[in-house]
Formats: sequence, structure tokens, C-alpha cells
Amino acid sequence: MTTPGPLALFRGFLGIGMMGFGGVLPLARRALVDRLGWLNEAAFTDLLGLCQVLPGGNIINLSVAVGLRFAGIAGAFAALSGLIAVPLAVIVALGGLYARFGDDPHLRHLFAGLAAAACGMMIALALRMAGRLRGDPAACAIALGVVAAVGWARWPLLAVMAVAAPLGMLAARRSRAKPAAR
Amino acid sequence: MGATLLSLLVIFAGLSLVSFGGGNTILPEMQRQVVDVHHWLSAQQFGALFALSQAAPGPNMLVGPLIGWQVAGFAGLAVVTVAKFGPSSILTGLALHLWERQRHRPWRASVQRGLVPLTTGMVMASAAIIATGAATTVTLCAISAAATVAALTGRLHPLVILGAGALAGVTLGAG
Repeated sequence: MTTPGPLALFRGFLGIGMMGFGGVLPLARRALVDRLGWLNEAAFTDLLGLCQVLPGGNIINLSVAVGLRFAGIAGAFAALSGLIAVPLAVIVALGGLYARFGDDPHLRHLFAGLAAAACGMMIALALRMAGRLRGDPAACAIALGVVAAVGWARWPLLAVMAVAAPLGMLAARRSRAKPAAR
Repeated sequence: MGATLLSLLVIFAGLSLVSFGGGNTILPEMQRQVVDVHHWLSAQQFGALFALSQAAPGPNMLVGPLIGWQVAGFAGLAVVTVAKFGPSSILTGLALHLWERQRHRPWRASVQRGLVPLTTGMVMASAAIIATGAATTVTLCAISAAATVAALTGRLHPLVILGAGALAGVTLGAG
């Protein structure tokens, strides 16, 4: 197991940031565990578990955690910057095209089609996540309540979370207490 | 300009701290702030920027910086990037220390599982809100539906789905 410095962390996460669309995590595991050898499987899973409970993107948090572990604050900064450098540049270039040519009818149609497809991928993600709640009525009810409050009533997110998060943990506790129900 | 940057900073720093379950969960609140409260963008523009952010490689968390750039140029980009990733990263750093010590505590699993219904509901709401901005005509609805099916069943690369959607938009003259 090697101990990378800030420069190696920047380069390593630069590579990860350039790979993958949508789901970077499987690729990140391969890079960090297999190719770079910075973490073993157990350490990766443990760090990922932490990153999933915290706010922020899993892979973003993972870059910070890995950077911090190996090279302190400079390492965290290097890893995060490396991760987002290329995607940011690509996004700004695409945004520039949209801002400049967005009024052209052909491009307007192109962006409309692109947005509709992205929307479809989002719906697919929502459906897949919803499917995982099957057989857990309490979790379903909480999720639907969140949809109504956030999507329909447009209540502020913080207020909704302050209610839904404790309810969800309570429900998780109860279903753990009755394993037969699962 | 300064007031806009300050608003961007406050909004995205706040969103950073509540984005449990990744970036897609905070889209409804982001849209509410950017479209309904501050009127920086139309719902249509918001949908287009979201689509663009999905077309870039890497973590799909970059719609925020893109909005910042659209609203206030490179200063906006810089401010939102720091605001969006700074607070959650600091929290990650602090939590890392605690986590190392609490490795086997059962509350970890409870917290993790308890947040699942919340993040699921938030992603579902995000999908609904994005759909109201993006699937505005029959043709666009059809493209969205096809993309949904493709993403659910096929093993197609996301870029292929996005590319096909863009192509269909041009050839069908959608939107």
C-alpha cells in the first residue's frame, strides 16, 4: 500500500473525474483499490459507508476523505480539485455553446431533446430507488410524503428533512426490531 | 452583482449541507430558489442546464456551478463551486475523525437506512420537477419515456441515451 502525496492524489482523481458518466463509483473503486492500490477493499467500503451518510455526492466526499487520510488538508483539496477539474471545464464549454447558440432553432431542438432524455434517466433512477422500498409500507409512506411536500407543495427542503429524517430512522429501527416483517 | 454572488453563496452553501443522498436530491430546492424565488432562470433553462450537467463526465453534481456560471459568469462559477463543495467537505473531514472511532456502532446502520425513504422521495420529486420543465410537448414526453425505458432495461451507456435524445429532438423538431 503506497502513501500518495497531494500531487499524486490530484492526478489520481483527475483520472477518475474523466471516466464514467452518471455512475463514477464502480470506476472509482477499481482505480483506488485495484489500479492505484491506495486502499484495500475493506477500507474502501468503510470510507464509502461514511460518505453515504454525509451530505454531498458520495464520490466527492470520498475524494475528500481519501485525500485527508493520506496527505491532510492539502491532500483533500488536491483530490477534490482533481476530481472536478475536467468535468467543470466540459460543462462550462457546453454551457457556453448553449448560451451563445441556444436561440438557434436546431440547437433549441437539440437541447430540448437532450433535456427530455436526461429527464427520462432521472425518472429511471427514481423508479429504481422506489422499487427498493417495496415491502416496507412505512418507508413508502415517508417517501410519498416527501414527494408531496417537496415536489407538489414546494415546501422548503430543510423543514421537510427535519420531519422525514427522524421518521425514517424510527421506521428503520422498528423494522429492525421485527425482522419477520422484512 | 455582489448581492447576486452573496445570494448564490448562501443558497448553495445551505444546499451543500442538506444534500443527503447525492446531488440529485436537492434539485427541487435548487430549482425553487433559482427559478421561483430569484427568477435567475426559467424552468426551461434550468432543465437544459441540468441536461448539460448530465452530459459531462465524472460526478454528476455540477449543475450548481453551471448555474452559477450562467447567472454571474466565472465569479459565479467560483462562488458556487466553493459553496457547493466546501461545507460538505469540511463536514466529511470532521466526520472522518469520529467515524474511525465509531466503526462498529449499530446507530450507523440505522442512520444509513433511515435516510433511504427521504432520499428516495427527494429523487422522485426531482424527477417530477425536471419533467415539468423538460417534457413539455407530446414529442418530448415520448423522448423522455423512451429514455426512461432505455435507462431501466438496456445496458446502454448514458451518453448514448443522451445523444439519441438530442438527435431525436433535432430530427423531430421537438420543443
